[in-house]
Amino acid sequence: MLEISLAHYLIVAAILFTIGVFGIFLNRKNVIIILMSIELMLLSVNINLVSFSAYLNDLVGQVFAMFVLTVAAAEAAIGLAILVIYFRNRGSISVEDVNMMKG
Amino acid sequence: MIISSLAFYLFSFITIFSAVMVISARNPVHSVLFLILAFFNSAGLFVLLGAEFLAMILVVVYVGAVAVLFLFVVMMLDINFVELREGFLQYLPIGALVGIILMAELVLIFGSWVINPSSESIVTTSIVYNSDTTNTHALGQLIYTHYIYLFQAAGLLLLVAMIGAIVLTVRKRPTVKRQNISEQVAVRVDDVIEVKDVTSGSGI
Repeated sequence: MLEISLAHYLIVAAILFTIGVFGIFLNRKNVIIILMSIELMLLSVNINLVSFSAYLNDLVGQVFAMFVLTVAAAEAAIGLAILVIYFRNRGSISVEDVNMMKG
Repeated sequence: MIISSLAFYLFSFITIFSAVMVISARNPVHSVLFLILAFFNSAGLFVLLGAEFLAMILVVVYVGAVAVLFLFVVMMLDINFVELREGFLQYLPIGALVGIILMAELVLIFGSWVINPSSESIVTTSIVYNSDTTNTHALGQLIYTHYIYLFQAAGLLLLVAMIGAIVLTVRKRPTVKRQNISEQVAVRVDDVIEVKDVTSGSGI
């Protein structure tokens, strides 16, 4: 119990990932919370990569986690920019209205 | 030993608690603040794992940039968030079902994960990760040699994301007067001055 093994970290990451998926289900109308849930899922992936890297004595996991972080930052910036122009055009951020481009 | 174990439990419990609060908070501003708390505590987990550089990057990039960007957008948009929470309870059962199944599967898979001792020999990097070199030093030696192209590609990705965000959000307002320097420089005398032949006594 007191000896922290790899499995402990993996379980924490699994719980975080599940909370992220759950958040997408729960807040289906609010895009901001959905984006935050995606950030949580990426964070759990990062925890997985770093814990494997630490327990295997292999640094590649941390390098990859850094690239995941980069992509997550870019994704958040673009996602929020799209959100802002969507709100400017429609006056709401409800996901259910996004079928505007459907023919 | 016991200190680090207790620290692990503390960090992971706060991380999970704040993740739950992120998805269930009534006010999105509180959600963002709990997201920041989750990131801070995961940075603590990274420090426990010996990945100090990534922990600091997490604090700088996520808390300093991404979370503040979220906060900025949440506060800038004037949205009725109560309306957006409709259907919260409607989706709760199916979401809980999927979540519980997913969590059970993941915990069953990862809970019994043991590293095969022979996998130590197939470490893909030549840089041995030991206590002599700091984590940042070792990571830098790896990134700037083996992964230099990927590193540059990551920088390019950030540049593209920056340009994309600017292009998306820039807005041309026809009512606002702006100085157009190239137009001003290109002005000829003929464009702005007109010579009129005025007969005396009559005016123009």
